[in-house]
Amino acid sequence: MRNRMIVVEGSYAVAHAVKVCRPNVISAYPITPQTHIVENLSQFVADGEIDCESMNVESEFSAISALIGASAAGARTYSSTTSQGLALMHEALFNASGMRLPIIMTVVNRALSAPINIWNDQQDSIAQRDTGWIQLYAEDVQESADMIPQLYKIAEDSEVLLPAMACMDGFILSHVYEPVILLEQSLTDEFLPSYSPEFVLDPKNPMSFGAFADPSTYTEFRYKQEKAMGEALERIEEVANEFMEKYGRYYGGLIDGYALDDAEIVIMAMGSVIGTVKDTIDMLRSEGETVGLLKVRSFRPFPAEAIRKALRNAKVVITLDKNISIGKNEGALCTEVKACLYNAGVRTPVIGFMLGHGGRDIPVSTIMKIVNKAKLVEKGIFIESEFADLREDLV
Amino acid sequence: MSLLAPGHRGCAGCCDALAGKFVLDALGSDCIVVSPTGCLEVFTTPYPESAWDVPWVHSLFENAAAVASGVEAALKALGKKSNTKIVAIGGDGATLDIGLQAISGAFERGHDIIYVCIDNEAYMNTGVQRSGATPLYASTTTSPAGKVSFGNPLQKKNMPAIIAAHGSPYVATASVAYAPDMMKKVKKAAEIKGPTYVHVHAPCCTGWKFEGSKTIEVGKLAVETAMWPLYEMENGTITNVRKLRNRKPVEEYLKVQGRFKHLFTMPGGADEIKKIQATADWNAKHFGLE
Repeated sequence: MRNRMIVVEGSYAVAHAVKVCRPNVISAYPITPQTHIVENLSQFVADGEIDCESMNVESEFSAISALIGASAAGARTYSSTTSQGLALMHEALFNASGMRLPIIMTVVNRALSAPINIWNDQQDSIAQRDTGWIQLYAEDVQESADMIPQLYKIAEDSEVLLPAMACMDGFILSHVYEPVILLEQSLTDEFLPSYSPEFVLDPKNPMSFGAFADPSTYTEFRYKQEKAMGEALERIEEVANEFMEKYGRYYGGLIDGYALDDAEIVIMAMGSVIGTVKDTIDMLRSEGETVGLLKVRSFRPFPAEAIRKALRNAKVVITLDKNISIGKNEGALCTEVKACLYNAGVRTPVIGFMLGHGGRDIPVSTIMKIVNKAKLVEKGIFIESEFADLREDLV
Repeated sequence: MSLLAPGHRGCAGCCDALAGKFVLDALGSDCIVVSPTGCLEVFTTPYPESAWDVPWVHSLFENAAAVASGVEAALKALGKKSNTKIVAIGGDGATLDIGLQAISGAFERGHDIIYVCIDNEAYMNTGVQRSGATPLYASTTTSPAGKVSFGNPLQKKNMPAIIAAHGSPYVATASVAYAPDMMKKVKKAAEIKGPTYVHVHAPCCTGWKFEGSKTIEVGKLAVETAMWPLYEMENGTITNVRKLRNRKPVEEYLKVQGRFKHLFTMPGGADEIKKIQATADWNAKHFGLE
């Protein structure tokens, strides 16, 4: 296994993963820090290494729109975007999901303007939470790449048929050089069947896509999307296991734990910050602290049941959010974790920390500070939610 | 039997329904239709019904050209392109206004698609609001004639020229009032490889305020007054023009429509009509209609 590892940039590993999934149509628009993915794919096309139609469109809005048409015509499709580009796609994201088109898109997570900022946080994909797309968050480069065939397999399942975002942190994962195993074509061909949808635009069998639904039928379309998300919940776990069997790598299905079983303080997080959290936990564990990690890999569908189960021994839960719902003073993960515990009668304190906005680095010291603050709960001092890395000199 | 089935929910005398039927009559069954949001989309596909006997897809208001280009790319990638025609049929709002960028991109990329604009000169689906295709002094709900206004103060955008500037191999204007001519042009647009464009003038009885039985009559008057010149452009050059033997004054076209009624009742209306006549005169000269 070790000798197959090579050091490549995160964006290259992802582009390579896309290539071995044999997409029929790729459509994208350049935006930092997503550019290296589409540049690598363009080079694959220029070198004849990938047999697909590659569309250099005039905006992200047309990138996703073209894929809506291509997917409806029966093609396996791929795009990648970030931040403003994802926001520009917003309207079409609902449309792709409502039409049940399994488009796969890497979201290279980046902050939103204003102020304009090209660095990482997760506000962009979190803001698209309710568009009906599956959202998985990758911890490292290998997972960002391995997620691609997994998501095709999940999204194209006839019981799911939903589009999906593979979220990877901008720069931190997209531009880092890490040792990875590039996905093998032969293994991927075995793992991922070719896409042959039942419903396509075909003159021999005419069907109407995107009809207009009035109040007597609209609700049921939404209900069926929700049902499909429920199916995805099962498939994400199954496919992660199938991937493990085929490739020997596993990152969790819906969630994953680290030093979790006996942990009294559980840190919940999504994306690349998990590596830092793990290091912090190792240090705290060596000092005898019972701190653990609950990684949330699937944010949509939200694995409420799995999270409740994983938190059953926790005394304090810390959530880390690289986003904020302005006006709620909370990140999305914090809100959703609280919500999933409430009706189960669980009253474990959930303390939200917002951090890493606009690319601000999250060192071990910040996580240490957060854990110490959370421990104040034991002394009866309760923090609801706050910014963890605020510069007091600027406010 | 038409490939656009009867029983849809278009108004009596609907220009859109006529245009849609003519497009399909011209193309036959081996085509895929892309519709942006608009009257044609809404009245033909109330779920679970559909009037389309060809594959049809509607995504959003402003992305029909991008969707059509994606369909074309998919068919090419899947080896299914052969003779299948991909046609986007959009209204004037979807074409001249909100969808212009996607159209520009698709035409620049050179996809083998046909784009048909059915131009009824305002946002009819939402209740007759002005668009970039609304002609000078038409009264719409967002450019109403009033005590100090003669209605829409702007000239109609010259969309065929914009498309021609993209290097499209074939751009034509047509009218639902001249069905054989329109179908001939749609057919020709389909036969020519690359992105082609047919801009169809389509009088809307509801929005323009005339009797539903007069759609064809009003359409003919637009052509006969040179308010809507019929021509073809191949690779940027005008190659064919429908000549007018006895060009009629624009009043004959304006007076049969409620949207121009104020020009005949308001003080100073006659002078404003002269400005509309000037547009028709320019058309006659520019396109060599006489």
